[in-house]
Amino acid sequence: MNWKFANNINTDLITPGRYNITTDAKELAKIVFIEFRPEFAKKVQRGDYIIAGNNFGCGSSRETAVTALKACGIKAIIAKSFARIFYRNCINQGVLAIISDCIDFGVNDRLVIDLKKQRIININQKKQVKAVIPSLIVKLYEYEGIIAYLKQNGLNSLEKLFPKT
Amino acid sequence: MGQTIAEKIFSQHSGRKVFAGDFVIANLDLVMAHDTTCAWAIDPFYQIAKKVWDKKKIFIPFDHAFPAPNVAMAKLQSKIRVFAKEQGIPVTTDGVCHQIMSERFINPGNLILGADSHTPTGGGLGALTIGVGSTDAAIAMATGTCWFKVPQTIRIKITGKLKNGVFSKDVILKIAKEFGPEGGNYRILEYGGETVRNFNVPARLTLTNMSAEMGAKAAIVEPDEQTSQYLAENQRPSEFDKNTLWSDQDAHYEKVMNFDVSNLEPQIAEPPDIDRVKKVKAIENKKIKIDQVFIGSCTNCRIEDLDVVFQIWQKSDLNSNVRTIITPASKLVYLQALAKGYIEFFTKKNAVILNPGCGPCLGRHGGVLYDNEVCVSTSNRNFTGRMGSPKALIYLASPATAAASAITGYITDPRNYL
Repeated sequence: MNWKFANNINTDLITPGRYNITTDAKELAKIVFIEFRPEFAKKVQRGDYIIAGNNFGCGSSRETAVTALKACGIKAIIAKSFARIFYRNCINQGVLAIISDCIDFGVNDRLVIDLKKQRIININQKKQVKAVIPSLIVKLYEYEGIIAYLKQNGLNSLEKLFPKT
Repeated sequence: MGQTIAEKIFSQHSGRKVFAGDFVIANLDLVMAHDTTCAWAIDPFYQIAKKVWDKKKIFIPFDHAFPAPNVAMAKLQSKIRVFAKEQGIPVTTDGVCHQIMSERFINPGNLILGADSHTPTGGGLGALTIGVGSTDAAIAMATGTCWFKVPQTIRIKITGKLKNGVFSKDVILKIAKEFGPEGGNYRILEYGGETVRNFNVPARLTLTNMSAEMGAKAAIVEPDEQTSQYLAENQRPSEFDKNTLWSDQDAHYEKVMNFDVSNLEPQIAEPPDIDRVKKVKAIENKKIKIDQVFIGSCTNCRIEDLDVVFQIWQKSDLNSNVRTIITPASKLVYLQALAKGYIEFFTKKNAVILNPGCGPCLGRHGGVLYDNEVCVSTSNRNFTGRMGSPKALIYLASPATAAASAITGYITDPRNYL
């Protein structure tokens, strides 16, 4: 299913400071949106999507907001825009953070993400929406995160991730 | 083409001349991770390295909830202590990370990474100080480097002399109202103009600190005599070139914004967003009863802030229905307050003085709010649930407004007491 959110969803709402005191991803998965949307952690299923408005993930730098959503099995976070630290944290953890306006999608619409054509396909509504998915995100998604990438390719491989300028 | 100060600092740290839009892998002068974000950096760190790249360039402060208020927090801090000992890095417990870095480490022209969203604070010293998550901090601790896309800069020119009772916090709240929570996203906010030139470094740190609330990657004030004076006061030599560490005349800005603050009145941000900013006078008329006043955080609890609080409380007792909590930003500020007699004065007024650190700002200890309680805070975030119950309401204002409100028990314009 698609979990829909408005603008400016901050990381204090995703993993509130009072609960956010563990390094265990499974524990973090239990506290996602614990006060803001209490049913989320119980009902979320592997393969679900987040669909949000502008500035998703603003506020605190806490990477647990990404760790927790990843541990819940969220397949991709689709937002009109992301706050920068949250976006970086998604990139680093190999989580698909996709910039796209899907706010009119239904909660139960089935989605397919075409990473090559940079599109999100809504099967129920029979339409396609443009998406911004930089190659860096796709690459680190395939590696399942920058740490796995560096382990495999060595600490000096960082620059290979970026276009030459 | 000319460069902005941010482009110059990125260039100096990546060995080539770069401009907005370029990707760089830059060398860092310091990496900070604190008593929660460091815990999350340890496992990724050990997956890619055994030893940190330079133990003298890693700063680990315990500030978010120190001393540990519960077993979970004690466990995180214990994990970090083991890591710090293995790596030969001291753990500092002397106050809020951004304040300690400003007092002790940040030099103009530095490029610094901090695993905390309010890291832009240090830009008040003319450095680029950038907030990241724990994985970036882990990689930086291992390599001394971080990847960046050089961002666009927005120049914010502030002019006009502030009226009595109006402070840099009021200025930045006014700017936040214009920008909104996303207006500075991915950008460098560069503050200039005569008003900023006349601000001392502590007042500038309030501007740069709150820039995080507008989404900025970093915020910066070009260094000058005020910067030299601050460094000298903190027993540090100033070794920067005032001529080169400024944006060039022909540097490219995405946008230039002008703010005339000569008629600005005290401002306050209503919950739960940073841009719900009103004049304190307009809110005062509503007589909103408050339960807690928090004077603290990386935004506003330096000695200059406590000077104002001391002045406002001279002739008045504090309202007995209000819990007034003060957390000096650092051990240095605490000792300055002690030497000036403030600690005794505040304590006799029945304010609670907590140890230097983040205090109740993030709702983990030291003054957690219950349902429907109202807090006037000098901090930077009024998000739902930030300081405790999601039903609590947080208003953000200057230390002066907070101090005046502690007297009356409702949100109050400080000019009544100045």
